[in-house]
Amino acid sequence: MPWDRNQMAARAAEELEDGMYVNLGIGIPTLVANYVGDKDITLQSENGMLGMGPFPFEGEEDADLINAGKQTITELSRTSYFDSATSFAMIRGGKIAAAILGAMEVDEKGDLANWMIPGKLVKGMGGAMDLVAGVGRVIVVMDHTNKHGDSKVLKECTLPLTGQGVVDLIITNLGVLDVVEGGLKIVELAEGVSDADMRAATQATIVD
Amino acid sequence: MKKIYANASAALDGVLSDGMLIAAGGFGLCGIPELLLEAIKESGVKDLSFASNNAGVDDFGIGILLQTKQVKKMISSYVGENAEFMRQYLSGELELEFNPQGTLAERMRAGGAGIPGFYTKTGVGTVIADGKEHKDFNGETYIMEEGIFADLAIVKAWKADDTGNLVFRKTARNFNVPAATCGKICIAEVEEIVPRGSLDPDSIHLPGIYVHRIIQGSHEKRIEQRTTRKKEDA
Repeated sequence: MPWDRNQMAARAAEELEDGMYVNLGIGIPTLVANYVGDKDITLQSENGMLGMGPFPFEGEEDADLINAGKQTITELSRTSYFDSATSFAMIRGGKIAAAILGAMEVDEKGDLANWMIPGKLVKGMGGAMDLVAGVGRVIVVMDHTNKHGDSKVLKECTLPLTGQGVVDLIITNLGVLDVVEGGLKIVELAEGVSDADMRAATQATIVD
Repeated sequence: MKKIYANASAALDGVLSDGMLIAAGGFGLCGIPELLLEAIKESGVKDLSFASNNAGVDDFGIGILLQTKQVKKMISSYVGENAEFMRQYLSGELELEFNPQGTLAERMRAGGAGIPGFYTKTGVGTVIADGKEHKDFNGETYIMEEGIFADLAIVKAWKADDTGNLVFRKTARNFNVPAATCGKICIAEVEEIVPRGSLDPDSIHLPGIYVHRIIQGSHEKRIEQRTTRKKEDA
């Protein structure tokens, strides 16, 4: 059985180390916060907060306290607030150890596309381009194939890029791939997923 | 010099002109200068360019100026929650310059600090880098981005004193600080104007030198994505 969303998030959480400052993207990456266990992880929200807490209890929402996905959240005893220029100074300046984010496509050179489908969906890159260019380690968490069954792990991205050569690790429902010289290396397979399954679902070059 | 004005329209008197560039604070609907945006709509000024991270939603924030077609161009990082914005953009009515969020914030900060351009790794190898100067530093490639020098900055803060010293609340600070600094004139709308001396000088988020006009008003402070957990989950 391939991993579900929560298993992918749990696997991504294993990549985090005690003391890290981490930025989590929208979607499955948000779930990573549920699996950090005893590790002392400080979550950054790029709209201007370090030490992001869980969602508020009903009735305790505060319009002045949201995350980068515009959801209401809470603060912790360690929380600090700052403006957007300061927030991206710490991102661009390499102070954030890791970013975990979703993707539409990733390729064997570590190129990432997750912000735009030409002529169709115009959303914008938000802070994704700054994050992938600035943080210490970029971990992509996504389904291995799209809804048509086509691989999202490609030889070369076809969509407009978010960053070039920026991805360090890819975690999908089928397993974990490391971005290495010459292609991708299989680090781990989800339980019940064979090496052949992984290779069949991956368009990118897999190196041994 | 008296900085306090009676209301948003009075504060905007004499500073609006067609075709001007306005830098606006806020992230999503959090910390947006909602009263000034409403007054700008009522003024009828047109062909505006906005440097703002988002464009509000259809009936709130900058979205209300899109409905009335008063906006010619947006410089933004994310426009996902605004259907009218997408419609105007895809039909070619609205000019859109996508900026990575950190690049937009730094462009405002740089403009306010008198820096006309800076180099960043953000966007190298993407469409954002097209047509921009590339330069290598220590073996890595960077692109040049330009500072934003806005005709007007409109921001929302929590508290102000009569000299324009501002204090923001939680994540509502966001783009308000860099936006305020990059305007030739900055107008701040606040929830409360407090007596001089009652704000801790060590805890001022934006010194009054950047703020030219201040208004106090009541804010709707709409929540875009109300997300909660149940007590029993705790």
